[in-house]
This record gives sequence, C-alpha cells and structure tokens, in this order.
Amino acid sequence: MLHVTHWLAMGGYAEYVWSAYGVAALVLGGLAVHSWRWHRASSDVLDRLQHRTGRDE
Amino acid sequence: MPMLTRLANPARFMRASSTALPWLGALATGVIAVGLVWGLVFAPPDYQQGESVRIMFVHVPSAWMAMSAYLFIAVASGVALVWRHPLADIAAQAAAPVGAGFTAVCLASGSLWGRPMWGAWWVWDARLTSVLVLFFLYLGYIALVNAFDDRTRGARAGSLLALVGVVNLPIIKFSVDWWNTLHQPASVLRLGAPTIALSMLLPLLVMALGFMLLFGWLVLLRMRAALNERKAHALRLYGQLAAGEPRLPMAPPVADVAARAALR
Repeated sequence: MLHVTHWLAMGGYAEYVWSAYGVAALVLGGLAVHSWRWHRASSDVLDRLQHRTGRDE
Repeated sequence: MPMLTRLANPARFMRASSTALPWLGALATGVIAVGLVWGLVFAPPDYQQGESVRIMFVHVPSAWMAMSAYLFIAVASGVALVWRHPLADIAAQAAAPVGAGFTAVCLASGSLWGRPMWGAWWVWDARLTSVLVLFFLYLGYIALVNAFDDRTRGARAGSLLALVGVVNLPIIKFSVDWWNTLHQPASVLRLGAPTIALSMLLPLLVMALGFMLLFGWLVLLRMRAALNERKAHALRLYGQLAAGEPRLPMAPPVADVAARAALR
C-alpha cells in the first residue's frame, strides 16, 4: 500500500504528471470515440441505403 | 509504391482497411499499454528533474506525431493537387483533427512540465510559439476545407494552405538551435548518438510507436467514414434520379424571375 501511494505522489509532482497523462487520455480517447462512432453511423446509413436501392457492391 | 497505387482504388482501399483496422487498433492499444507501464513505473526518475520527467513519455511522442501528421497532410495535399486523386484529399482531411489533437496534447503536457521545471506555464520563445502556430495551421486547414459549399474548392484551398504551412516544420525542429530558449535541445533525433539514457529512450520509443499506430488506426477509421458518407450521398442522388424526382441542382427561383424580367 505504501508503495502505491508513494508511486502516486510522483516525488511531489503528482498534479503535473497525472494532469499531463489525463489530458492525453481525454484528447486521444475522445478522438477514438468520435472516430469510432462516426465510422459506425456512416456504415449503418450506407448499409440501409444499399439495401433499399438493391445495389450491393 | 506499386502497393500504394493498388490501394489508391477506393473499393480496394475499403476492403484492405477493413482487414487492417482491428489489428491496428489492438496493436496500438497493446503497445501504448506497455509504454505506459514502462514509462510510469519502470523507467528511472531523472537525476535533475526527478519524477516530473515522466511527462516526457507523453509530451515528446505527441510532439513527434504533431509534426509527422502535418507532413502526412502536406504530402497527401501535394498528391491531391498534382494527381487529383480522390483518396488523397480524404486522407489529408482525416488526418487533420488527429494531428490537431496530438498538437494540443503536446502543448498542454509541455505547459504542465514547464510550470514545475521553468516556473512558468508558458513562455513566448521560438519553440513554443512555432508549435502554437502549428496548432493554428491545423485549425485553419480544417476551417478552410469546410468553408466552401463546393467540396472540391474547399479541398483545393486546404491543400494550398497545408503546403505553404510546411515551412513551419523545419522552424519547429531547429528552433532550439537557432534561438535562445528555455526548451532543451534535441536529445534523440540529433546528429551523433542520442544523449538520453537507454532506460528512458526505450520506453520513449515504445510510446512513439504506440502513438504512430494510434494515428494510423484513427486515420483509417476516419477515411472509411468519409468514404461511406460520399457513397451514401451518391446513392441518394441515384435514387432520386431513378424515382423521377427533379434533377439536382435545381435552378433557383430568383434567377428564374430575373431572367423573365430581362426578357420582358
């Protein structure tokens, strides 16, 4: 337990180190979620259209 | 190069990218996980900067990706302007928000590192300012591409901006040598051997590889989404024409009235 708290304290730089990693996780994670959702939504729309027009390519 | 020209066909690109996508995503996640544990737990603290040096493992790879993504956009824009290849524009536009994201991470993590080490969140020196300019170039490119009703004109204008902005890349890279700055000089990508210890260099390179894979995954996802949207748009037009609906684009009624007035 002492080990973990010691590690989390980052030698007194905890707020800077963890904020930096937090920002990275937020921005890159946000990009990943947005891109994933956009890809899925656009595939669904295309599938429906192709089904309706009977063109499957 | 022959492989690139083969993949330049949109239908072939969709097939190849759908196979590559899950592998790339899994690989990116795995490599970043290894890099995080290595950098945050096993890498040693710096003898001068202590534990704050761990910010480097997210700051430096995102800086490298910020510049590489811009280079990618510039090359794709060049290809789009010269060969008018449809996938090149789509690739450049897919990479822009990703590059802007990496630049934002680089600026924020750098600020969080500067505060404890330099005593300032921000200084207007050459390195920091030129990276801020890079961030605005990304935003300008995205805004310009979307500013036109005609998609090809927007893409053309964006490509030109991307190519002009390339002059900023060597300025960023050599800013630490050309001007006095608080920012430390290059310790990895320099003439001669790296000056950074191997125990820090290795996790740094692992994180850089992870970010590169993440970039590839994100760009492929966004390219596929954009291609899906264009195909759906074309299908809708096709459906309207087949159903005998009015042709697009329709003459605007204003022009019609003006024409009649002129004839009278």
